[in-house]
Amino acid sequence: MSSRLLRFEDWTSPVPPVRREVLSALPHPDEGQPPLLFVPGLGHGGWAFREHWLGHAASRGFAAYALTPREHGSLRAYVHDVVQVAAGLPRQTVLIGHGTGALVVAHAIARYPARAAVLAAPVLDGWAALGAALRVNPLGTLPALVGGALTLNRKQLFSAETPDAYAERLTRTPSAVARSLFAAPAPAAPVGSPPVLVVGSPDDRVVTRKALERTAARFGGAPLLFPGMGHDLMLDPTWQEPIDAILDWLVKELAE
Amino acid sequence: MHDTPEIADRHDAVCVIGAGASGLATIKNLREQGFSVDCYERETSVGGAWNWRHDRSPVYAGTHLISSRPLTEFPDFPMPDDWPDYPDHSRVLGYLERYAEHFGLRDSIWFGTEVVGVAPVGDGRWDVTTRSTGGGAERVQRYAAVVVANGHNWAPKPLSVDTSAFRGRVMHAAAYKDPAQLRGRKVLVIGGGNTGCDIAVEAAQQAATVWHSTRRGYWYAPKYVFGRPADQVNAKLLQLRLPLRLRQWLYHRTVRLTVGDVTRYGLPAPDHRPYESHPVVNSQLVYYVGHGRITPVGDVVRLEGSTVEFADGRRVEPDLVVTATGYLPRFEFLAPELLDIDADGKPDLHLHAFARRHPTLAVVGLVQADAGLFPLAHWQSVAVARWLRLRATDPERALAVQQKESTRPLRSWTRLHVVPSSRHWFEVSHTSYLRALGDLLDQMEVAS
Repeated sequence: MSSRLLRFEDWTSPVPPVRREVLSALPHPDEGQPPLLFVPGLGHGGWAFREHWLGHAASRGFAAYALTPREHGSLRAYVHDVVQVAAGLPRQTVLIGHGTGALVVAHAIARYPARAAVLAAPVLDGWAALGAALRVNPLGTLPALVGGALTLNRKQLFSAETPDAYAERLTRTPSAVARSLFAAPAPAAPVGSPPVLVVGSPDDRVVTRKALERTAARFGGAPLLFPGMGHDLMLDPTWQEPIDAILDWLVKELAE
Repeated sequence: MHDTPEIADRHDAVCVIGAGASGLATIKNLREQGFSVDCYERETSVGGAWNWRHDRSPVYAGTHLISSRPLTEFPDFPMPDDWPDYPDHSRVLGYLERYAEHFGLRDSIWFGTEVVGVAPVGDGRWDVTTRSTGGGAERVQRYAAVVVANGHNWAPKPLSVDTSAFRGRVMHAAAYKDPAQLRGRKVLVIGGGNTGCDIAVEAAQQAATVWHSTRRGYWYAPKYVFGRPADQVNAKLLQLRLPLRLRQWLYHRTVRLTVGDVTRYGLPAPDHRPYESHPVVNSQLVYYVGHGRITPVGDVVRLEGSTVEFADGRRVEPDLVVTATGYLPRFEFLAPELLDIDADGKPDLHLHAFARRHPTLAVVGLVQADAGLFPLAHWQSVAVARWLRLRATDPERALAVQQKESTRPLRSWTRLHVVPSSRHWFEVSHTSYLRALGDLLDQMEVAS
């Protein structure tokens, strides 16, 4: 437990700073709601949230930001970047992570007292997710096990109705980066006891329903489920349902 | 005890005194534990010592951090990673202002309000008397607990030598703000701490003549060793858990290899081992001594007329004397026995934070470490907030924790082998200290 207080890694070899890409959509006027920071997972960038969710959140009065993960990162560097961006926003921030981005968020809320956190289709158990990926996309996944890049495909991520164009924007992940996420230790308990919501789809081919339930139970709740959707909730034709549900939950939590 | 009508009962609320770095962290961490908080700050904005806009701030134009960013920032609110290793004071103040803004702490702070009295009412609760700094009537409010975060770098420690017969100007380092005050003058700087060394260096760049008086030799640590901030290298040694003697030897070797033998420059040799005094981090002092811009001199024994005399009989004639004698903690609003304050003015607190005989009274930020203060103040205030919460929810467990804590050996959390001086009353090794605090937090975690 004292590792929480004694942060030798940060004290002796701080994460090197990089220029970070942060996309945003801001509400007019700003009514003082907490800002939202969206964190994408492997293969995705901030663009995945700019398609629909950022603008929609702004239209509902929330300043919405999306952080593109740094190149050649690691779990530690991603967590660092999320906390840096969150602490740089004017108010206590709501962190919303998707896929392995949810893993990053789960680790980030152990460092930074977020106003609230949302784990969307969270990949918290790396080995289970790897097993699922091997089953659905063996050709894209196998190379990552022997030092090559991890490639995601549309069958894994999208429902049948999701436009093909998105698949072309996915980037390949170097093996070392994937490994640092899949072999991540379990996140420490959150600081500042933020409310945490888990959302996902029972038809997700990356995160099983069981994994969703385990993650939700860890944070003391049940997952909010959106049947029929693929792993990439934010790019699905029915993207509005989950983001509205997330914002409704948030509004309710903020009122308490 | 009967409530008198003029006492406003704030029930379970906690009173925090001071809105500097320690006070701000305390407000935030108490609120995270569900307490409502009233913080009283006598100035009109946050920042405490770093708030250079007010008279009592010890900050001068050239003030920079002497511990590097990662060892100085709040653990849950990092400084921007594109800042330099050693940010200057205006960045630090900006950082504290953003911290207050980010966590919405200003709602809990009463600015321009001074605490003039804190008295126990017998059941663990406290009557806090406040007054507007602009004058006006006093107000008494009753709180469940009081956390003192009034800082310890604002009440200058007087020079031990009488200065009344001296014709030149004498000022405490607290009044030093800008190098222009030194320009073209013959300056004597008294004090070998970080401030004394900083001002001696600034004088070397501005003044006509500079003498630097120290009572003893010190270990002048450079700000960088091996191309890394020195405290980050030191943290590596602490991470490896090398024994103190070995670290002292390594420190000695490193200083010998980088700074060299300071007696060659005419500086006195240290009369103590490394880690037995508060670290003095200054890369430039020895440089300016080597360039003849600073003349090291011994302890001052007399100031008379236009002359200052030193212990070795030497005399010089400065027209400006800057006394960087440091500061003393002051708690005028509290009866001394509440904090077990001894005749010298030194409080005796468990972990330098918890009043030994008053479980609902604590002090945050009253430590001196080989790293930045903010992380220590953060974890102190987390421990205080958890402790107050546990006391409210599970008094039996709280009592058990208290009994266990009373057996914690002193040497596990504070430095015992230090140069005897008020400078080292609260000297801790930040890692030993954080281990002790972490252990206390673990005990309370199990409990809740």
